[in-house]
Amino acid sequence: MNLLSPLAALGRLTQGALATVGRIALFAADAVSHLFRPPFYPREFLVALMQIGWFSLPVVGMTALFTGGALALQIYAGGARFSAEAVVPSITAIGMVRELGPVLGGLMVAARVASSIAAEVGTMKVTEQIDALVTLSTHPMKYLTVPRMLAATLAVPVLVAVGDSIGIFGGYLVGVNRLGFNPATYLANTRAYLEAFDIISGLMKGAAFGFIIAICGCFYGMNSARGAQGVGRATKSAVVAASVLILAANYLMTEVFFSA
Amino acid sequence: MIELQGVRKSFGKNHVLQGVDLSVARGQSMVIIGGSGTGKSVLLKCVLGLVTPDAGTILVDGQPAATKGAGREPFLDRFGMLFQGGALFDSLPVWQNVAFRLLRGAKKRPKDEARAIAIEKLRRVGLKEQVADLFPAELSGGMQKRVGLARAIAAEPEIIFFDEPTTGLDPIMAGVINELIREIVTEMGATAMTITHDMTSVRAIADRVAMLHGGVIRWTGPIAEMDTTPDPYVDQFIHGRAEGPIESVR
Ligand SMILES: Nc1ncnc2c1ncn2[C@@H]1O[C@H](COP(=O)(O)OP(=O)(O)O)[C@@H](O)[C@H]1O
Ligand SMILES: [Mg+2]
Repeated sequence: MNLLSPLAALGRLTQGALATVGRIALFAADAVSHLFRPPFYPREFLVALMQIGWFSLPVVGMTALFTGGALALQIYAGGARFSAEAVVPSITAIGMVRELGPVLGGLMVAARVASSIAAEVGTMKVTEQIDALVTLSTHPMKYLTVPRMLAATLAVPVLVAVGDSIGIFGGYLVGVNRLGFNPATYLANTRAYLEAFDIISGLMKGAAFGFIIAICGCFYGMNSARGAQGVGRATKSAVVAASVLILAANYLMTEVFFSA
Repeated sequence: MIELQGVRKSFGKNHVLQGVDLSVARGQSMVIIGGSGTGKSVLLKCVLGLVTPDAGTILVDGQPAATKGAGREPFLDRFGMLFQGGALFDSLPVWQNVAFRLLRGAKKRPKDEARAIAIEKLRRVGLKEQVADLFPAELSGGMQKRVGLARAIAAEPEIIFFDEPTTGLDPIMAGVINELIREIVTEMGATAMTITHDMTSVRAIADRVAMLHGGVIRWTGPIAEMDTTPDPYVDQFIHGRAEGPIESVR
């Protein structure tokens, strides 16, 4: 009995996590079903696009710059062990666009945006603003979730593209200034081995991550418990869920894209 | 026109409504009184489908209240609701809050017209035009309440619910609001359900009064009979006595 109780606890935890994923999936399906049915709220969409896309640029840019630089240093150190320093430009670029750009960008946006969506929507929930929306014949799913979902799904790939470029540039800066690469050679090597699908796959990941971020923010916000504590918990859960789901989705998508 | 039969609602072990029967005729002003936490707000939310009752039926004009599907929006279009906390959208300026319904959906109008209506409604709740461009967070609690009231009446709904419309207002403003609610019922012919603790308000607004206590409608009758009813609960409540059948620790 006592021996088994940790196992039982683990089982309950797993069951709880799976149930939550299921509820998020149902919520996402519901949100998507509202995407194509009027009324539409273009103004809400544009505001969300600004909040999610434009204002995330600094954070994503900084993350990418430092990551690109560190990546170049590591690949150089690793490559030097079998005298393959020349791979630095191409591996930095491939690693950035396929993996680190979308994943780190996605996680940073999750921290910034899933939390703010959950806090905003959660506050609306506990101050009865969502009830008020309903009584004003406005569907909260259409008015709150759909614009944010659409904006994040479109904005995060663009952020990833910007992050990719800045990350590669970070690698270039380190490569040229610290590792003694010739600038022209570095650029030529970067371009030579980079394939279109490397970039496209990363952008597709970005779209999926944006979707996850907005859905988690709205889901936890709309299900927020009452009071300030409820909103606090909703915010925390939204960031945790979005981050874990991003990493899981990243693994799955990488399997699908590259495991042939 | 609004009929509740055996409406029950519990939150976990908290059995809030335990079989509420109540009917409100068209064009009538019904006031619901009762101690705080007895479920008055929950009752109004049940009618609007914001809270799903565990049991019982709710009929509006003989039809079950539309809680989802295609009938939901036309159903809600008939209602206006003032929430206890105001529930203003803090991302929108005051006038867009008031004109929310007039800026989108079935009752959509040109922006200028919607703004003019919003300013007119604000004036009716005793707020100046300058307030229109402020944000809700810049207003006092009582002002927010009045903006909420203006929003509830902006699209001239047939049925209006007021959850504690005068709480937090000074006596003069409370008088203005009481008069406004009375006017809406007599002039616009609206059906109103008002929750209040304020006995002045009850006397000014009500055609009929219902007292919610212990999860059921304890007493209901015309306002004229409220003072003479032998019901000890009503008597204690309207005179605000600490002694009586209603426990002061709840
Ligand atoms: N969404 C909810 N979840 C849990 N409990 C609730 C909820 N809404 C109301 N309650 C509880 O129901 C009871 C009645 O609340 P309410 O209708 O707001 O009282 P009042 O008569 O003062 O308006 C209270 O005990 C409150 O805590
Ligand atoms: Mg209440």
